[in-house]
Amino acid sequence: MTRVGHFAYFVTVFLMVAGLFIVIARGNLIKKLIGLGIFQTSVYLLYIAPGKLVGGTAPILSDAFTIYSNPLPHVLILTAIVVGVATLALGLALVARIREAYGSIEEDEILSIEAAPGRPEEQHQPQ
Amino acid sequence: MSLAAHLPALQVVVPLLAAPLTLLLRRRSVAFGVALAASWAALATAVLLWLQVADGGTISYAIGSWPPPWGIEYRVDRLNAFVLVLVTAIAAVVVPYSRASIEAEVSPQQHYLFYTMFLLCLAGLLGITITGDAFNIFVFLEISSLSTYVLIALGRDRRALVASYQYLIMGTIGATFIVIGIGLLYLMTGTLNLADMGVRIAAVQGTRPVLAALAFLTVGISLKLALFPLHQWLPNAYAFAPSAVTSFLAATATKVAVYVLLRFYFSVFGESAVFAQLPMRDAMLVLALAGMLVASTIAIFQTDAKRLFAYSSVGQIGYIILGLSFDSVSGLTATIVHLFNHGVTKGAVFLLLGIVALAMGGTSLARIHGLGRRMPLTSFGIVVCGLSLIGVPGTAGFVSKWYLILAALERGQWWLVFLIVASSLLAAAYVWRFVEAAYFHEPRRDTAGAAVPRSMSVAASLLVIATVYFGLDTTFTVGSAAQAAAALLEATR
Repeated sequence: MTRVGHFAYFVTVFLMVAGLFIVIARGNLIKKLIGLGIFQTSVYLLYIAPGKLVGGTAPILSDAFTIYSNPLPHVLILTAIVVGVATLALGLALVARIREAYGSIEEDEILSIEAAPGRPEEQHQPQ
Repeated sequence: MSLAAHLPALQVVVPLLAAPLTLLLRRRSVAFGVALAASWAALATAVLLWLQVADGGTISYAIGSWPPPWGIEYRVDRLNAFVLVLVTAIAAVVVPYSRASIEAEVSPQQHYLFYTMFLLCLAGLLGITITGDAFNIFVFLEISSLSTYVLIALGRDRRALVASYQYLIMGTIGATFIVIGIGLLYLMTGTLNLADMGVRIAAVQGTRPVLAALAFLTVGISLKLALFPLHQWLPNAYAFAPSAVTSFLAATATKVAVYVLLRFYFSVFGESAVFAQLPMRDAMLVLALAGMLVASTIAIFQTDAKRLFAYSSVGQIGYIILGLSFDSVSGLTATIVHLFNHGVTKGAVFLLLGIVALAMGGTSLARIHGLGRRMPLTSFGIVVCGLSLIGVPGTAGFVSKWYLILAALERGQWWLVFLIVASSLLAAAYVWRFVEAAYFHEPRRDTAGAAVPRSMSVAASLLVIATVYFGLDTTFTVGSAAQAAAALLEATR
């Protein structure tokens, strides 16, 4: 295999590291979720890229074809995409509620609000 | 086929179907009834499965009659039958407790949603435990995690939202690491069935993708089970979630993650791979000791009882992982026994703290001054559980610590025994913080000590009694754990 043959892996690893970096380095709660999305997407590639063979067809038995691509990773990743969407939706919903409760979506501002002394015991009332 | 043959499927299906049912029925009392019935049915199923496994050995159930390794297999052996009993038993106690508890902590319109999320979380945890398919573990893991995030966010304090968000980020990173690990294993072995994977991995043992998979899975699962440096999500999540949720999570969620780690280490990779090709034994040993000593020390300086016991959980998870790092039958027995005993003990502690929160209006150590006089029984129950956390003879905690020390002596590591005893002293120190607040201070004027609903006190006392009972009669816990440990190690030799 050449470097070019590993292209999909390079992209995967780049997205993985970039996504994880954004999650860790950014203080904005929405940006963190974007990073998380990129991180999860890299895993979709990790599964799907090796399932494809050059010249492979869909796995329908026929005498004309001898090389088949593996369909299972696609099915697995379909599930993972659904999970990713659900996580993102829940994460955004939480961010919306955090903004209602604190008036900010910056992590350091929220932490400084929490750390402020003499804060009255506020309670958020769920709708 | 009789109903008994379908028990493995019913174990997951009953709570999974009951969850949307509570959502559709909406009425609070009806939803509670459904949740109660589902959790008790799950407990009955788990006990029946445990009995079947005790007689006849491993049960393999092919979902949709597609035979493994092609179809998804539910596989019940001695280890996961034991974990299933723990998870369902805690759920069966927490659901009756939750009715009165969430009355005070969650707004009434959301009660039926609480039960929906609780049942989904239960179904997810049971699914992780029972399934024999690697990708299925990830799917159930996300079902339980997503519902857990919602349950934590139901907490009354606004900090619950931030705690839930932090757990969502950490939990998703952990779950994604687990999928990466599973993906690499799938690429190398071409199968997703755990048992099949364990056989086929021999051909590719020691290759770099397999070692990478081991590393990814270890880190991902360690995030989920809150192993020491990866525990940051846990204290806030436990402190700000509603009491019933804290109790259920503390007793089950991290324990199921420990089970997943055991399953991957011993049933898939095989102990020789895990402990010979990478220095996993030393790494686990160091992290476990750090957790035991550092987290217990942090617990001493907490000002809130719920946070105090949350940090204690991180320390106790150190014991569980310490047993695993010994890589011997007695070490694994200690791990599995402590998984159960700590689950019961911590479940009881947080149920009791829920009662305290209801009656005294909070759980900060300053607020519970004089608790011993206001609520003598509740306070005594927490002390009993505290003794179990320290490991005093006559409580469940002693049994697991005894086996842990035996395992350490077996390896001739005397210095470890001293460290285990040292961390018990730290545990004594943080339990003393509670005792001091509860018994050596005058009660505050503004705390009256309201009447406690009977359902809450009965549920909590059940778990306290269990804490003492499993300290005296160890035939069920140690018997099951020793068999499970022997089976795990035998499979890899």
